[in-house]
Amino acid sequence: MAQMNLLQAINNALDIAMAENDSAVCFGEDVGHFGGVFRATSGLQEKYGKTRCFNTPLVEQGIIGFANGLAAQGSTPIAEIQFADYIFPAFDQIVNESAKFRYRSGNEFNVGKLTIRTPYGGGIAGGLYHSQSPEAYFAHTPGLKIVVPRNPYQAKGLLLASIRDDNPVVFFEPKRLYRASVGEVPTEDYQLPIGKAEVVQQGSDITLLAWGAQMEIIEKAAEMAKKDGISCEIIDLRTILPWDVETVASSVMKTGRLLISQEAPLTAGFASEIAATIQSECFLHLESPIARVCGLDTPYPLALEKEHAADHLKVYEAIKNSVNY
Amino acid sequence: MNTDIYKESPVVHTAAFIDGHSVEIPILKILQQDGTVYDGAELPEINQEHAVKMYQALAFHRVLDERMIAAQRQGRISFYMAALGEEAASVGGAAGLEPQDMIMAQYREQGALIYRGFSLENFMNQMFSNEKDLGKGRQMPIHYGSNELNYMTISSPLGTQIPQAAGYAYGQRLQGQPAVTMCYFGEGAASEGDFHAGLNMAAVHQCPTIFFCRNNGYAISTPSEEQYVGNGIASRGVGYGIKTIRIDGNDILAVLKAVQLARAYALEENKPVIIEAMSYRLGAHSTSDDPTGYRTKEEEAKWHAHDPISRMKSWMLAQGWWSEEQETALFEKLREEILAAVKVAEKIDKPPVEDLVSDVYDQVPQHLQKQLDDLKLHIKKYPEAYPFTAGRIK
Repeated sequence: MAQMNLLQAINNALDIAMAENDSAVCFGEDVGHFGGVFRATSGLQEKYGKTRCFNTPLVEQGIIGFANGLAAQGSTPIAEIQFADYIFPAFDQIVNESAKFRYRSGNEFNVGKLTIRTPYGGGIAGGLYHSQSPEAYFAHTPGLKIVVPRNPYQAKGLLLASIRDDNPVVFFEPKRLYRASVGEVPTEDYQLPIGKAEVVQQGSDITLLAWGAQMEIIEKAAEMAKKDGISCEIIDLRTILPWDVETVASSVMKTGRLLISQEAPLTAGFASEIAATIQSECFLHLESPIARVCGLDTPYPLALEKEHAADHLKVYEAIKNSVNY
Repeated sequence: MNTDIYKESPVVHTAAFIDGHSVEIPILKILQQDGTVYDGAELPEINQEHAVKMYQALAFHRVLDERMIAAQRQGRISFYMAALGEEAASVGGAAGLEPQDMIMAQYREQGALIYRGFSLENFMNQMFSNEKDLGKGRQMPIHYGSNELNYMTISSPLGTQIPQAAGYAYGQRLQGQPAVTMCYFGEGAASEGDFHAGLNMAAVHQCPTIFFCRNNGYAISTPSEEQYVGNGIASRGVGYGIKTIRIDGNDILAVLKAVQLARAYALEENKPVIIEAMSYRLGAHSTSDDPTGYRTKEEEAKWHAHDPISRMKSWMLAQGWWSEEQETALFEKLREEILAAVKVAEKIDKPPVEDLVSDVYDQVPQHLQKQLDDLKLHIKKYPEAYPFTAGRIK
């Protein structure tokens, strides 16, 4: 065990993946000698050479197109998109190519070895274009897996599982927690399961569900609710696609209430998909409408980011409304 | 920092602009339309066996296209794309490669697949999207692919294979394989962002990729003069710092020569190459359009006179490597075989309903299994509405 922040945990996972697999290659804008703008790939070029860890030109569609070809060839590309806000030039390569490669060829070819890492989320004074949480766009695409860790321990175990998973994975890293989240992380190799949510805290009155950086928001709100005598069950979804309906549904059948909180705007976010499924699975067990506490339906702002965000106070209010419905 | 530009550029003190035509790009021609070789032309490496194989592939290509356009008109298949007049680019290109080289094509390069030995049954099963289709009946006709033959499955979105070909070749180089990646696309696809992305990535990361542009004058109805105003696609290669050559795409010996040289260079130097093959799409874009709406019969007639297959035939006859008797026998045999194969493929069942959910992931996830189970119950309830699968659900 060692104390690591979330960046160090990611760097450690990449190091393990590159050491065990000669065909594992890390690349993206500034990831080479500089080690990435957040330093997630720090030291990897020195250790594994310029052919396995390198800078690319500034062209996101090129990075993912190149990664698709490399994965189809049998190598293990770990591509970085510097900010999730800049992933959209690569949307076609991800949605029409990565996600459909195996299906359209009848499994003659696949890009299962592909992992796309990208920092997402707000709360860092990043304004419109350094703050977005675009997971829902990708969740609408069969063929992709989407993973979001909440802390350093989760980040290392889930990233190693993503790199080794035989399907293309988009791995969203909560950049607000890169240095802020510190914890004990095993130095050795381990994996955490993809497609499995985790019950972080048992409770009986309401289920709170989130992923990534939003986890600490709902945990803080649960602490406040506890003082009012409300017992919250807290779940980290961890994988957005394919998501763990069973764990969420069995929790809601127990508590009778569900609150989902996401950083992304409300309309057509992934919380909406969860609400529809749980409504169908748990209809007769629900004591109140499923609540969604999300970002406002605006572009991500700068000066008023606190007002925009789904913070712990908004979650706390929604918990009380749900319980008192 | 790349300081070479400062060192190498001559300094002037009077402002003067340059343009794409400042770089003169010659066009390689080896074979004349009458089957004779230009004076002083340097032939590619070719012998009789190799030449006959190429010519047989051209013949197969032409008969396949004729028969499948007819099959589409008869309503037997939904869609088809012929490559009339451009067959030399795909057949000659594949002939210049080795079997271990990956081919990532656009969609009008069935000639390369024919040359590599994709069976007639495989062609038919794909076009009839039956249960023997390697692609499991998922894509429209002509979206072929074969792992065994190193021919990447076709994807409809234009140009997406261009940056992928850079990545594929990078992997070949990384693993020390004696192989290159050949990437086909048209002059229309070269307007896509993925073209820029792919060429720049390949140049910067030193990928042994051969970028083969079939400049056939049209993107559906849009003529090339409405696609770009620069000096073709080749001039862009110079801008990316990539070795570039322009050739007569209807001259199969020029195609073969260029690809042989490009392959050797890409492999030895670990660098990409661009070949711009000038040709003309004599047929429609696909069976869904009619060129009489956007071009003249006179224009087409001019290009009929540059037919690449009759050009190669004349050369083969002059070499004594081919005869009119062989010609007649080959075309008759191909017409019969292809017609017979159509009749077999159209009777084969559609894929089973399980193929709807397989291969989305490496394994069928729980939510998808549930959707399939629900679908099967629904089909059992209304079997007459789902005749392809109703009788086969357990």
